[in-house]
Formats: sequence, structure tokens, C-alpha cells
Amino acid sequence: MPGLGTSFGRGGATNFQQDIQNSDCVWIQGSSMAEAHPVGFRWVMKAKERGAKIIHVDPHYSRTSALADISLQIRAGSDIAFVGGLIRHVIETESYFRDYVVNYTNAGTILSEKYQGPEDLEGVFAGYDPETGTYDRSFWMYEGGDMPSAAGQREHSTQAFSDRTGAGMHVGKVDSDPTLQHERCVFQVMKRHYARYTPEMVERVCGISQEDFLKVAETLAENSGRERTSMLVYALGWTQHSTGVQMIRAGAILQLLLGNVGRPGGGVMAMRGHASIQGSSDIPTLYELLPGYLPMPRAAEEHLTLESYVEKGGSDRGWWCHFDKYIVSLLKAWFGPNATEDNDYGFGWLPKISGNHSHFPTMMRALDGGLEGLFAMGQNPAVGSQNSKLQRRALANLKWLVVRDLAEVESANFWKDSPEVRSGELRTEEIQTEVFLMPAAGHVEKEGHFTNTQRLLQWRDKALDPPGDARSELHFMHHLAKRVLAHYRDSDADRDWPLRNLHWDYPEHGEHAEPSAEAVLKEIGGYDVETGRPLNGFTELGNDGSTACGCWIYSGCFADGVNQPRRRDPGDIDAPGGIVSPEWGWAWPANRRLLYNRASADPSGKPWSERKKYVWWDEDEGKWTGYDVPDFPADKKPAYRAPDDATGMDAISGDDPFIMMADGRGWLFSPSGLLDGPLPTHYEPLESPVDNALYPKVGANPVALVWDRNGNRLAAPGDPRYPVIASTFRLTEHHTAGAMSRNLPWLAELQPEMFCELDPALAAEHGIEDGEWMTIYSERAEIEARAKVTNRVRPMTLGDRVLHQISLPWHWGFYTTSPQGVTGDAANDLVPLSGDPNVSIEDKTFACNVRAGRRSQKPGESFGTLRSSPYSARPDHDHAAEHPHHAGARKAGPHDPAAPAS
Amino acid sequence: MAEKHNRPTMFRRIRELPVVGRVADWGMGPSAVSKQTREAGSRIAGLKATESICPYCAVGCGQIVYTRDGELVDIEGNPNSPINQGTLCPKGSASRQLIQQPGRLTKVKYRRPGGTEWEELELEQAMDMIAERVIAARENGWEECDEQGWRVDRTLGFAHLGGATLDNEENYLIKKLFTAMGAVQIENQARI
Repeated sequence: MPGLGTSFGRGGATNFQQDIQNSDCVWIQGSSMAEAHPVGFRWVMKAKERGAKIIHVDPHYSRTSALADISLQIRAGSDIAFVGGLIRHVIETESYFRDYVVNYTNAGTILSEKYQGPEDLEGVFAGYDPETGTYDRSFWMYEGGDMPSAAGQREHSTQAFSDRTGAGMHVGKVDSDPTLQHERCVFQVMKRHYARYTPEMVERVCGISQEDFLKVAETLAENSGRERTSMLVYALGWTQHSTGVQMIRAGAILQLLLGNVGRPGGGVMAMRGHASIQGSSDIPTLYELLPGYLPMPRAAEEHLTLESYVEKGGSDRGWWCHFDKYIVSLLKAWFGPNATEDNDYGFGWLPKISGNHSHFPTMMRALDGGLEGLFAMGQNPAVGSQNSKLQRRALANLKWLVVRDLAEVESANFWKDSPEVRSGELRTEEIQTEVFLMPAAGHVEKEGHFTNTQRLLQWRDKALDPPGDARSELHFMHHLAKRVLAHYRDSDADRDWPLRNLHWDYPEHGEHAEPSAEAVLKEIGGYDVETGRPLNGFTELGNDGSTACGCWIYSGCFADGVNQPRRRDPGDIDAPGGIVSPEWGWAWPANRRLLYNRASADPSGKPWSERKKYVWWDEDEGKWTGYDVPDFPADKKPAYRAPDDATGMDAISGDDPFIMMADGRGWLFSPSGLLDGPLPTHYEPLESPVDNALYPKVGANPVALVWDRNGNRLAAPGDPRYPVIASTFRLTEHHTAGAMSRNLPWLAELQPEMFCELDPALAAEHGIEDGEWMTIYSERAEIEARAKVTNRVRPMTLGDRVLHQISLPWHWGFYTTSPQGVTGDAANDLVPLSGDPNVSIEDKTFACNVRAGRRSQKPGESFGTLRSSPYSARPDHDHAAEHPHHAGARKAGPHDPAAPAS
Repeated sequence: MAEKHNRPTMFRRIRELPVVGRVADWGMGPSAVSKQTREAGSRIAGLKATESICPYCAVGCGQIVYTRDGELVDIEGNPNSPINQGTLCPKGSASRQLIQQPGRLTKVKYRRPGGTEWEELELEQAMDMIAERVIAARENGWEECDEQGWRVDRTLGFAHLGGATLDNEENYLIKKLFTAMGAVQIENQARI
């Protein structure tokens, strides 16, 4: 979630869903909220009832578009050109919220003379190395700013907040020009950066008419300012792109310019796709993070110690001066009494990362025979991950696989019934993977909590026992841990220190010895080591081993010994500010529901307007007050001015609302934290039938990640074999790849069959009839679907060219457990593995073609044969996937099908 | 209190008007319920109600889970939740079937290398076998230093995928144990 983190300081939705009703304009882009988050969308409808304008911009006309005041079709993947156009519009027409921009953003900050942008360098930023396809980010610093040495510069940035909010910016007071006139100030740099993103350009790149574009621009400008606020809603339609993080950045920049962040009815509402996506990055099962967005330690640093880790990760200025307390308390939670100051609290024994160990490279390692075992818990990569054909081939090359789910999913039975087995490409008897399919408990059969999209922790009570041998993942991990720890109990090997000393004393209950979820929650929320008293918040954490805390941003979730996420008092929602419901569940951090809410008041601490009042300074009491927990030191006066040499929170002035940032400001320009540029720039999707109209020399994001190998080839830009643009979307009645919906009789009946939406002209061109079979093929695979010939997707004219887009729901797969369930081809078979450089996430938009009729049943020929020799699990030190190529270094032209596997 | 929010304000005002309100209510009020329906009563009446949260998307709708003697009878929206105020979407409304789906697993299924059919395993035996394999994978895939000679103290022998529909407590234990074992390939769907 670095798009939000590098703009505001924290990678979470800024506002809460009920607050959408306070909005005067809801701008939905990269999300089909009515379809994918239907119950959250009721708050959009509530806003509409109260007179708000609803804008929807999407490649595909959906239920969301039908309910919007303005709905526009955009060419998939061209969103930055559109939002860049909006940024230019508010700058040129001076419709930005000047008092907000001058005081609360880094608009006036002066950049170093080294900085040059894509307008100067034909599509790349200063610091670009065409050999490696990466950037030296020291060229993007503030004047007088300094980055730590380039040692350990990474091929893949981390999502750790500390790495992106100015940590490492060991600078004094930065130079700023409050008149915004200095030619190197952020505002002027940004003005030049977007100067060519004109309405004409938007029309040419996005396929949106100038008139429609201006309607959106004017509606947003009219509904922002002192009296009014607009909210941006995005979801996976933005996140799943090779430029996904920068799309979110673009939206965040516009919201800062319009003065909408930190205010009711404003901000950026990130709608996550799974119940606890937010939770699973807060308490990450992610390779480069420790809980609370602390970075995993990295190799390639001499004498990596706790001290050097803190030095690199912390910040002299702003909130991150507390970094050491968070890591030390985490180590205390993990290693207990044996974590002491003398042994760096066990820090040195933590595993170190050196390459990209995210999902895709890991699966490529498996495909190449370098991975012995895999646990898939509630994830179904065989149909749910990009290039799922490659994922299945990877599963077939594991030594063992543990799948935990409610029912038999494709990832568990790929050896039996996959498209590859059906076509003869793989033979069951030759697949050596040993598979354990473990029955899991459902959400009502265990207790625990999710973190929902608005950073809200909500507890579920257990209603009934799981059937038979089904158990929770908590049970599985606890009992696996007991076995593993027993094995290493008497080991004297140095590398087993973390296992010998792992603090694991969760009480058990019931006939199946279920571990206590509340005990785990208490450890997450933190406690005093000496007394065991639960902590009231992260301000109580120490750096001396006196406190233990499993995830510092969740500290306080067990305050007063009370399970805070289990609170269920909505309060009087009709009272002024009552919609905040502060006692319903618990939100991180510190139960704040609306982040950066200091910005809801003007620099002097008064609300910008009575209508948009939220948090303000109470002069009589000498503290911040309002409807929510102030996101600011409670007693810091608005008039406080940080001395130039101040450090820590003292360096944050009384009118600096973004306390996680080293300079206390919202970042229009992001000097650190992102790998592909400090300002969002329009690049084409990695597979695109059109040239980049703004930067013809560059085309796609030059630092996007590509894994060019057999089975994962990308079509060259403009490849005439694939002239059609495809994007995937969600339906209300299904969930992700369907494991939680396709087996359910009601849902299967509501959406029974895989289909493809295409426009009548494209259908006519290929002789495809509505309701009949059609085949969609890309450079990776081909799938079949029922044709839905409809005006919900329309041909678009870009310059002198007519382009067609198709839309594919991605909920189907090849297996169902139920006679009333449904199956169909997986759209993910078509999608390449590629990635945004910041987060290694895939491209949701790709190039393809269509034809009438069903797909061929011939064996696939895109892969080499599966190695028939028995599995060998040697660590593969040269494993290429963990050091992926960047798009800029990619050769143009169609690939040679005879090329050897990489 | 949540009741008040179930209808739009305008509609409520119209309903409160004499005569006009009667028309607006026509076919929707208590009079629309047949005698048979009224006598049948609610199937959740008197059942044990437990509060929960929907497991599908990230909106976080409150649910009430109705059980009779430990058997799941129905799952409905929680009217107290300030987020969904009693409503659920088609998936949330179907979540009883998620728990009671026809193919729900109750035993461990095991496929041996090269095997053509599933076999059944006892849970304890499966747990022992998995523990043995993960320990072996840790050792086989151990790296003290990477190719450049930097200390890494890790294993690349096994990996983990998943977590976005798991509880935070579960993810916490996954991260804690596997990191202590030296694993770094720990991933889920939440990337961005």
C-alpha cells in the first residue's frame, strides 16, 4: 500500500465507510464498488440522496456506472493520463485549495538541482540506469536533503512505511517557498510535469472526450474547498497494474491539491478485496515486512546489527523517531526472556532477504525445482493467481504441498483434473507432488478478528464447532509449532537459537486443545513484560526490553485488559459526529477512524468550515478535541513552531498534520519510498496495442518487473496478433477465483457461467454470436467463454484508430465439489506474471485476441516438458526470478518461440 | 436506533403523511403478511445468536449467526452494525452455505507422490508427517550466506501463501513460527 504511505504516511484507507455519506462528490475510479463492495456502496447512495454527485470512471459499464451521475469509459490502464489531466486542470484553473496546499503539503519545498523529470528526459526521471533498468533515487531529493548510501539499494522496494516516509532523510529544516513561485519548488515542478496532460491529450490517450473530461474536472473542483469535500474510492482496478502504485499516488496528489485529505467526506477510500487484506499486510504474511510495517532485515549490509537497522529504518524527525521501541518490543514478544540487550534481543538471528521473494518468484523457483514444500492456506493459486497455468506447473514440481481450505480446491487437485492433465500435457502418475489437503474451520467456527478495509479490527465470536477433523489455522499453526519446537529443543546449533527461544505459551482449551485467540491478541496489542499488564497504546512502548508488542500499530487493542475489537456499541449515530461510532470495534492507530484529521482544521486550529467540522483546537482546555481521536499530539498548540534543529516529534510544528512524514506534510512529490518515480507519469501497460502518446521513446513503465521466460512471454508493444485490450472484473455474486462461491448453490445459480463481454462491432468482425461460445487467447494461453455481446463495452477511438476492449470476470476454475456448483475457464490463465516495481503485483490489463467457437483441446505447447527426473531440492543460488528484469531492459519485437527457457 | 436508518428520510416523511402514507405503505406493511406466514413464525425465533463478521469482501459487515444445539440454522445481517445496519449482499446472505456446502471437508485427504487417487489420513498422523517435512525442508534449503557472501541465516526450502481471509491471530502465528524457522518466502494476496 505504498501509494498511500508515500503520500500521507500510512498505507491504509484514510476515512471510514460511513463517512462517505458526508461527501459532496464521490469519485470512483479503479473500483466497481456497487458490484464488488455492494454493502459499502450503500453509503455512496446515502451521499447521493443528500445531493452528492457520483462519478464513475472504468473500462467497463457496471452496476456502479448505472448509479453514477457521470459515468465514463476509459481505456484500461490509462488512468494516470486521466488523473494527470485533472491535476493539470486544477493547477491551470487555480481551483486548488490554496491555504491547504501551502500549509499542509510539500508544494513549496525546493528540490535539489539534480532533479529532472520525464519532460526533460523523454519519459524517464533523473537517475535512470538503462543497463539495470533501475533508478538512483538520490536525484529526487529535497534541496539539502540526503539519502543514505546506495548500498543495499533494492531491486524491489519494501512496503515498510518507515522506508517511504522520509526515514533516512537526515535533513535539517528544508527550504520552502510559501509563494509557490520558486522554479524548483514542488508546485512548479509538478506544473511543468503535467503541462502536456491537456484535455486533448486525455482524449487521445484515454478515449474520453474533452467535454466529458471537463465535466469530471469541474465537478470535483466545485465540490472541494472549505465548505465542500470530495472523496476518492479505488480498489483493485487500480492496484493491479504495472503502474498501480503510481495510479494511487496520482489520486492522492489530486486529493491533496483539492484539500480533501484528513477531512470528513474526503480522503482516499481504499476498498480491499478480501475480508482481512488490510490485516494481512498490517500483520504481514509478506516477505519483506515484519508486523507493523517494519522492514525485514536485508542482507548486503556490512555488520547488520540492531543498531544499524534502527539507524537506517528510523528517522530523526517525525513519528519514526520511535522506531527502536517498535522493533525491540516485537523481538521481546517473539523471543521472550532470552531476548536481552546483550544479544540485541535476538535481532541477529532473524532471516535476511536479499532478492525478491514474493509470490511470483517463489512459484518460479518451484517451477525450476528449487522449492521443496509449500503451504497454501486459504489461497488458491491454481486458478486465482496470474498466469495460473504456470502456477499449476509450479505446484506439479513441488516435493510436498499442504493446502488448507473448507473444500477441495483446484490447488489441491491439480494433479488429477487440471486442464494440463485433461489435455495430456501432464500425466498424473508422473507428478511427484505429495499433497495434504487439510479441512479448515469456517469463519463462524472459530474466534478471532479481521481488519476490514477501513483499518477496523472486528472480532468474531465462535458460534459452533467445526465438523470432523476441520480445525482453525490457529490450531494448525499452534500444533505444528509444538512439534517443530520439540524437535529443536535440545539442539545446540547457533541457527536454531530462534526456535529454542521462541516464546510460545498460548493456553489451550476444549477437547481439541484449541489455543486461545485472545492470548494471541493480547500479545499483538502488547504488554508490560514484568507485570503482564496489557498496554494502552504504542506511546507506552519502550526500547529497553520492558515491553513486548507483536504489532506496534495495533498496540492498545487489548487496553485495560478488554478485547477492544469485540466492542459492539454503535453509539448514537444521529448525534453530531455520531457516525464515527468509536466504540464499535477498534481502528488502528489508537482507534482513530479518520486519519490526518488535524487537517480538518485550519492552521490556527479552527475548523475550515462549520459544515466540515471534525477535530479542532480547544483553547480553553489547551488540547485538540472533536468527534474522533485527534491524529496529532493532544496538547500540541497550533502555534508551536519547530526549531530548526529539533528532532523527533518536536520537529513537527503545530500546523503539520501528517505526523508520520519527516516534514509533517502531505507529499505531492515523493522524494523517497518509490522505485519508479517521485511523480506519477503515464506509461502504457506492459502489453498494449498502442504507443505511448506522451513518451513515445519509453512506452511502458521502464522499471516494471518482467519475468521473460517460457510460459510467461509478453506480447511486444503493438503486436498485431493481439489487437484487443482485455481487463478483468468482479461480479457481486462471486468471490475472487470462486472457491468461496462457485460451490454454493445459490450463488452458482445466480452467475452460472464464465462469460466475456464484447462490443457488437468486435463480435461482428469475428462472427461471434451473443450467448454462443468464443475463445480468448493471449501469448500465454487460451480460454473459452460464453459471449455477451453488449454495449457495456464500447469501441473507442484513439486518434485515427478504433480499439476494442473486452471484459472478463475472473471467478471461474476447473473444479467444483458440488453437483450444484459451477466451473469454467480461469481468466487468470491469460494474464502474464509481471509487476509493479514497488509491490510486485501483476498487470490487470493485457493484450489478446478473440475468435468464435470453443478453444482447442490440444496439449499446450508454450512450456517445455515437465522434468521427469525425481525432484531435487537443492537451493538454487542463481535463481533468476528473484532478480527479475525491468521492462526498460526488455528487448522489443515478438519473441522467438524457439528461445530456450530462461 | 438502526431502524431509523433503514429507509431514506424522504420516504419516511412521505409515509408519515395521512392518506399518502397509507398509499406508500400499500402492499408493504404488516397487512401484506398472510395468516399462514404469520402463524409459521420466524425460524430463528428462540435460537442462540452469536455475533460475527462476514468473511467475503473487506467491507466488514456484521453478521448474526443463529444456531440450534450447535447446528447452524441461518446467518443474517447484524442490525446493530453501523456499517451494514442489518443488510447483507448476495454472498453474505449465502454464507450459511459456505459453512454447510455439499463438499465440505471433514477428513484429511492425502495424495502420495505419483498417486492417482485421494486417500484418507488421521489428523494427528498428517500433522506429524507435515512437521517432519517442514523440518527437513528447512534444513535442506538452509543458506548461511547468499551468493555475494552476505549473512542471510535463512531457508528457501519451503514457502507459505495465503492469509487475506485468515484472522490476524492466525497470520501472526504463521509469521512468528515461520520467521523463527528462517523462512522468508511468506506471502499472501495483499500486495499494494
